[in-house]
Amino acid sequence: MSLPGLYIHIPFCRTKCPYCHFYSTTDLTSVDVVIASIVGEMELYADEFDTFDTIYIGGGTPSLLTIQQLDVILSGVHRHFHIPPNAEITIEVNPADGDLAWYRSLKNLGVNRLHMGVQSFSDQALTFLGRRHRAEDAVAALENTVRAGFDNFGLDLIYGIPGQDMQSWRESLARAVSLAPPHLSAYQLAIEEETPLWQRHQRGSFDIPDEDASLSFFLETSAYLERSGYHHYEVSNYASSPSRKSRHNQKYWDHTPYLGLGPGAHSFKEGRRWWNHRGIEGYLKDLAAGTAAPVAGDETLSREDLRLETLFMSLRTARGIDLAAFRLQFGENLLKEQHTIIQPLVDRGFIVVNDERISPTTRGLAVADQLALIF
Amino acid sequence: MGGLFILRNMDYIRNFSIIAHIDHGKSTLADRLIQHTGVCDIRNFQDQILDNMDIERERGITIKSQAISLPYTARDEKTYNLNLIDTPGHVDFSYEVSRSLASCEGVLLLIDAAQGVQAQTLANLYLAMEHDLEIIPVINKIDLPSADVERVIEQIDSELGLDTDTHLKCSAKEGTGIEDILEAIVQRVPPPRGNPGAPLAALIFDAQYDPFRGTVIHCRIMDGTVQSGDIIRFMYGGATYKVEEVGHFLLARQKRDRLSAGEVGYIIAGVKTISDVRTGDTITLENRPCDKPLPGFKEVKPVVFASIYPIASDDYEDLAVALEKYKLNDASFVYEKDASVALGQGFRCGFLGLLHLDIVQERLEREYDQSLILSVPSVRFRLTLKDGTVLYVDNPSHYPPQMSIAKGEEPYIRAAMMMPERYLGAVMKLCQEKRGMNSSLSYPGPGRAELIYEMPLSEVIYDFYDRFKSVSQGYGSFDYELIDFRDSNLVLIDILVNGEKVDALSQIVHRDRARACGLQSCERLKEEIPKQMFKIALQAAIGGEIIARTTITAFRKDVTAKCYGGDISRKRKLLDKQRKGKKRMKMIGNVSIPQSAFLAVLKSDTD
Repeated sequence: MSLPGLYIHIPFCRTKCPYCHFYSTTDLTSVDVVIASIVGEMELYADEFDTFDTIYIGGGTPSLLTIQQLDVILSGVHRHFHIPPNAEITIEVNPADGDLAWYRSLKNLGVNRLHMGVQSFSDQALTFLGRRHRAEDAVAALENTVRAGFDNFGLDLIYGIPGQDMQSWRESLARAVSLAPPHLSAYQLAIEEETPLWQRHQRGSFDIPDEDASLSFFLETSAYLERSGYHHYEVSNYASSPSRKSRHNQKYWDHTPYLGLGPGAHSFKEGRRWWNHRGIEGYLKDLAAGTAAPVAGDETLSREDLRLETLFMSLRTARGIDLAAFRLQFGENLLKEQHTIIQPLVDRGFIVVNDERISPTTRGLAVADQLALIF
Repeated sequence: MGGLFILRNMDYIRNFSIIAHIDHGKSTLADRLIQHTGVCDIRNFQDQILDNMDIERERGITIKSQAISLPYTARDEKTYNLNLIDTPGHVDFSYEVSRSLASCEGVLLLIDAAQGVQAQTLANLYLAMEHDLEIIPVINKIDLPSADVERVIEQIDSELGLDTDTHLKCSAKEGTGIEDILEAIVQRVPPPRGNPGAPLAALIFDAQYDPFRGTVIHCRIMDGTVQSGDIIRFMYGGATYKVEEVGHFLLARQKRDRLSAGEVGYIIAGVKTISDVRTGDTITLENRPCDKPLPGFKEVKPVVFASIYPIASDDYEDLAVALEKYKLNDASFVYEKDASVALGQGFRCGFLGLLHLDIVQERLEREYDQSLILSVPSVRFRLTLKDGTVLYVDNPSHYPPQMSIAKGEEPYIRAAMMMPERYLGAVMKLCQEKRGMNSSLSYPGPGRAELIYEMPLSEVIYDFYDRFKSVSQGYGSFDYELIDFRDSNLVLIDILVNGEKVDALSQIVHRDRARACGLQSCERLKEEIPKQMFKIALQAAIGGEIIARTTITAFRKDVTAKCYGGDISRKRKLLDKQRKGKKRMKMIGNVSIPQSAFLAVLKSDTD
């Protein structure tokens, strides 16, 4: 089993994006308190976790933190845990934040991977998404990234935005590719319940692509980026080479242990998953109260739960299901026991099968959730 | 002296029933009578004691009849035994109703003060008159703000043709007027007649299964006396048994030394299965039989047939056990083994009607925790083959090749419908749509029409009763009897899911109906079968000829965009829910078909 990963959640944003359903607040008065508390939370896990070979600072908007604040966090990590020199240390960045000096300092802190929330190269789309940056800000931020010496960075794009046609999406993809990021994420816009965007959609203010159009966007994205030299290694993720995949995110998909710190963060270890209070108040209160972790809930996964998660997360990745590992863990020879189901899926081009794995095709990735339910 | 004593005893018995239109408050009134006579104390009182099955309570209808003896000390300071015999309230069970009424001397005809006389009020009145019973009209729900007692009194005269002086008023809900009702039962319902010294003649009006005692026979003693140790004989059934116990019904069974003419009670005689006891049969003594059985016995035969399969074939044995247990308490239910290519091993079952089918299914699922699939219900057709063989086929999978059939026939019924004149047009239209013929019309009362139609039973079993209720806005009453078999151009429609025949969805129908029926089945399935990984073709076919077709598109895109640390549990729970739903579906080839799809095929467009 690979080494565990560490996730740190920064629950602050300058403005709220109308499509986002993650917890964050625009009240920045308690930033320092939360940071201090996250460091305090580390201590609670010092016995349970020892070494992390990936660190991911996400949010929220961690790029609104100053270098000093980030230093507090990362120093804390080094004080409490062992971080090997080759560890992947990622931070999410909003293109509207940070100047060249900030990026350079980030590098000096040991951060070696950036993930930039570009979302689109169309200002019209950025306005719809309620982002605070323009397309040119993203280009400038990426220039700073490179000038500061980062060679490992990725950017996020969103498709399926109302008003966006295939042509304008292709243009965004082309702009992205021209900047040569080693990693790209392309998400379909999801209308999450109770978000402001959802409310507008409920009122009928705009249409979103139907299933057929969604599939076209998905297939076109995959084909375009594959042609441009990217490997489509997960439903929404593309890497220019195997070493540029997100090492941290892959831990989520294969049940590698991870520790999540900060409000709302999730952790997983040995079949148990637990999560912190989403609200800052509850999080801080629990931590202040004593030595107990600010955990809001937990679950112990049954064998069936683990099996289902293994299936649906494996089938989200191009590698697919590792048959030997599956057999070892669940005592099931999928090829043999499910052959009546597997063959029609192969015939219809959803999966490819060899002795070692069952892997989804691109079409298979598009329906990965349903594929998982078949086994 | 002894004879005189018993005769005097009979003077203190009253056997009565409550009849009413649905929701006019029958069960509530029964509860009040029980409470008032102190059979049970208020603290233990569970509302509507007589309807003691969950399903009866939820549907508000009485499925099995029940009986209870109420000891009542009247104003004359004498104590009477009032036997309340409850009756089922649905057309599927009209024979049982007639047997219950045959056990009574009088009825309370309950009328809702706000709604007034309704269809079933009238139909029930006619039934009671047929049995020559004393009728006491009771106006219920007088506490309602919308109550219009004057109008109801007028209706008692004009529509029911009863003496308006005879009516009583009550609010069963509030408990007012109950004493007057009890008093009226004592004074106006005649005491039973019969000769305790004559040979035994007891009318069976119901039976229940007790896991410890076997079958408990509910009966009314018309003549004679029965006690434990007697050898009894069922006059139609022929079997003889030794009586172990007799008694009365209070809230529980109450053992007595003997039951005599005029009394209502139970007999336990080591009868193992309830199907050995037939409602309407006459019990007599083996060594001193009565001359002839009591009149009115009818063999109750199932008219609707369907197959039941477990969703998971592993559950077959459990289903077999559940059916065996269920059958103990439902004499009208019959079943035998059956097997389907698509659904595996199951049972072919016979029912009195579609409501009976619904009830059996619901009870099996609820009380025996079974997940079931039912095939499309069918009537029993008569087929004459070219070689002269005559076949009765109620199971589409036993339908012979079309080429070999010389003549097809289907069962016809005579339907008698009573309704206010204003619904006549709508009802006639419905009957014609259902291939009704040879109609006749009469006006038994002012503004009331009686319509008789001859109709194929197959048209009536699915949804006729519901639609009839709907077009007559609940004012219509409907009853039917089987008359004969008539020529019919029959065909077998198969339903194919992705080219694979689902035999449980096959139907035998009239050729003129085949295309519409096939298309409707396909459309229904399309609504019920969820999208899957593959396109699903739904086809209806007669032999090799496709007569209707529709398609369910496949999943095109279904995957969560983001799935990181915080999303996994949420996503797993969603998928798990979907998967549990799928587990309740039946795999036919590669297609998961939900239970609801099998049921949906039978429902009509007007639901």
